[in-house]
This record gives sequence, structure tokens and C-alpha cells, in this order.
Amino acid sequence: MENNIAIKELILKMADDALIIGHRNSEWTGIGPVLEEDIAFSSMSQDKIGHAWALYMILQEQFGEIDADTKAFNRTEKEFTCCHLVEYPIGEYDFSIMRHFLMDKAEYHRYDMLTQSSFIPLQHLAKKVKGEIKYHVMHAETWVEQLAKGNEESKARIQSALDYAYPIALSLFEKSENEEFLKNENIFGGEEALFNLWHEDVKKHIEHYGLKMPAVNDVTLHYGGRKGFHTEHLAPLLKEMTEVFALDPKAEW
Amino acid sequence: MVETNNISIEQIWTLLEAVKDPEIPVLSLVDLGMITGVSFVEEHVEIKMAPTFTGCPALAYMQKQIKTQIEKNTGITTQVLIDKETQWTSDNISVAGKEKLKKFGIAPPMKKACGISMQSLKYVPCPFCNSADTVLRSTFGSTLCRAMHYCNSCKQSFEQFKPI
Repeated sequence: MENNIAIKELILKMADDALIIGHRNSEWTGIGPVLEEDIAFSSMSQDKIGHAWALYMILQEQFGEIDADTKAFNRTEKEFTCCHLVEYPIGEYDFSIMRHFLMDKAEYHRYDMLTQSSFIPLQHLAKKVKGEIKYHVMHAETWVEQLAKGNEESKARIQSALDYAYPIALSLFEKSENEEFLKNENIFGGEEALFNLWHEDVKKHIEHYGLKMPAVNDVTLHYGGRKGFHTEHLAPLLKEMTEVFALDPKAEW
Repeated sequence: MVETNNISIEQIWTLLEAVKDPEIPVLSLVDLGMITGVSFVEEHVEIKMAPTFTGCPALAYMQKQIKTQIEKNTGITTQVLIDKETQWTSDNISVAGKEKLKKFGIAPPMKKACGISMQSLKYVPCPFCNSADTVLRSTFGSTLCRAMHYCNSCKQSFEQFKPI
């Protein structure tokens, strides 16, 4: 299949998003605002890294690519295709919660679409992962609602986190020129269809919580990640993430 | 019945009963419903297992445990494959498994058909005193598969194996 390139591209960007957000959010381990939140972010990070691993495994098993560890720890920044949203530092808790809300809603709808995929390995994985992401979404919704309906300060902060994170979140839906093939072959319905499902869902919840949806003039502002152009935040993250691996790449664990 | 070295499929299943979940040592992988296939393939034993969570860190450890248990007891080379076609759900846990979980102090999951929402997850009876007066503390716990609850009657924290 000459158009394997489109499938590989889809799987790689999903895996890279999961790996980088998993690593990012694991930075809350030990410093969460309350114990339950520390544990929640740590658990969700572990899930995400598991999802990245399973996706890299598909690349290895179906397309003969290098193993998951090498893929995760031995690529240059340019070879990563994660979106900008996952690269930003964890910031304050309001930003991390809002990013988690926007990101996991997108992941949920993406995996939900993929449960119908004609590419069977991805369909099987999607059926499994969707159930796990559901817990991430419930966690995010609970906190966004709680902060939106808390006091004046919490409401103002979660609204400003939304205003800041929303345009960056649109980087999740950057299209690829190879996407038509995925649509025609019923592998994946495309970024635009995903965006529409996401937007409707996000808007419904945001308004229900009494928050305002931000206006966005240029949806392409944070594009580039899918083509290997990243924010200044990714390089330091990769350096830290690969530090132990780089000491001895051939080490047996 | 297919037999190799005079070992039957049933005997393999019985041997598997001794392989426990490393995080819940009273529960076997068979109780959990993780074993999705046992067969003889060209004189070898092939066992398929479906992970409870995609990112379960105990997966490789469990594969090794199974391999050792079967090879040690039968002398037949054993291969343990991850079954990606079957999606494990908490409904796979056997009735006996749920009872063992409860005795271990972990509330068993309700059927998925009860729905998975913040509302439905709130009502979990306490595994220690059976009281229904409990609260959900967090949908995440000490391992990927557990949630944290608190019992207002016996004033104890407890965990639930969450429905998934």
C-alpha cells in the first residue's frame, strides 16, 4: 500500500501527543495541589505513555519501524510530530486543568471515530483506549466545573486559562495533505470532522459552566507541530526525558 | 482432546490459576478474565492474554510469570502473546474473582451496563462494612485500575476496582 504514509503519519502524531503530554503532566507528581490530584495526574500520565507505547508498537508490528523505546527516546526534535498544545510547560494548575480538558475531549472524540476505522489494529486499540480516556474526560470536567462555579477568583482564573489555552488547542487539528486517503479508505474521518465534534462538545460544556468561549481570528496560529516545527518548550523537555536513555542507549533493563 | 506430553488444555488452565495479579495477589489472571486463549500450536503452548489497562506496567512481568509457571510444570515451551483483538473489560472478572476482591478489601466493579459517569461511580458499597453511606474521593488511585472512596459508617478509606 503506497499510502501507508498517511496511516503512519496519523499514528505517529497521536503517539507523540500522548507521549509528550504524558511526560509533561507527570511533572505534577509530588507537587499536586492536593494528594488526590497528584495521584490523578500521575495515573493519567501513565495511561498516556501506555497509549503512546501501544501506538508505536503498531508502527513496529505493521510497518516494520523501530521499537517503541528507540522511537520515544532516540529521535531529534524535528522528527517529533506532536502539536504545540502538549509542549507548553505545566504552568499554574488552572492552565494544566484547562489543557487537560481541551486535549482529552479531542482524544475522546478521535478514539471514538477510530473505533470505526477500517485499519483494524487501530480500531482494536481505539476500542480499548476510549474507555480509559473517558475517565480522563470525567476528571477534567469535574475540575473545570468546580473552578468555574467556585468563587470569583477561581472563575476568573479558569476563564483566563481557557482564553489562553483555546487557540493553542487548535494545533491539535492541523491537517495533513495525506488526509484524503484516510477519509476515502474509511481509516479516519479527518481533522475537520474531529474539530467539529470537539468544538460542539467543548462549547456545550463551557457555556453550561457559565464560562465564555473565546473568539479566535486565526486558527492556524499554532500550527507547525505536525510538520516538525515546535515551540521552544519541546527541546528542553526532550533533553530531560531522554537523559537516562542517552547515558547508555544499549542498556538492558 | 489435543494433548502434548499427556498434558491437556484443562490442566494448563488449572496451572494458570496459580498465576496471580502482582498488584492484587489474591486474584489470579484467570479470575480477572485476562486469559483469552489457551492452545497447542506445533507442540508448544500458546497463551493469549488481554491487558486490563493499555499502560499496565505489570504486563511484561505477568507474561514471564505465566511462561515460567507452565514451562516448569509441564516441560512444554510456552509462548505468551498479548491479545490485541479482545478488549478486556471489568465485566470479564468472574463472580469468584469479585468475591475475592471484596474479601481483599477492594470493592468490585459494578457492571458496565450500570453506566460510567461521575454520578454512577459515587455509589459503591463499602467492602468492609457493606454500608452504602460512602463518598467518591477520586476516580484515580494507587494503581491504574483503582478509584478511591471513603466510608462514612466505618470511617475507612477503601478502593474500588473501577468499571471499564
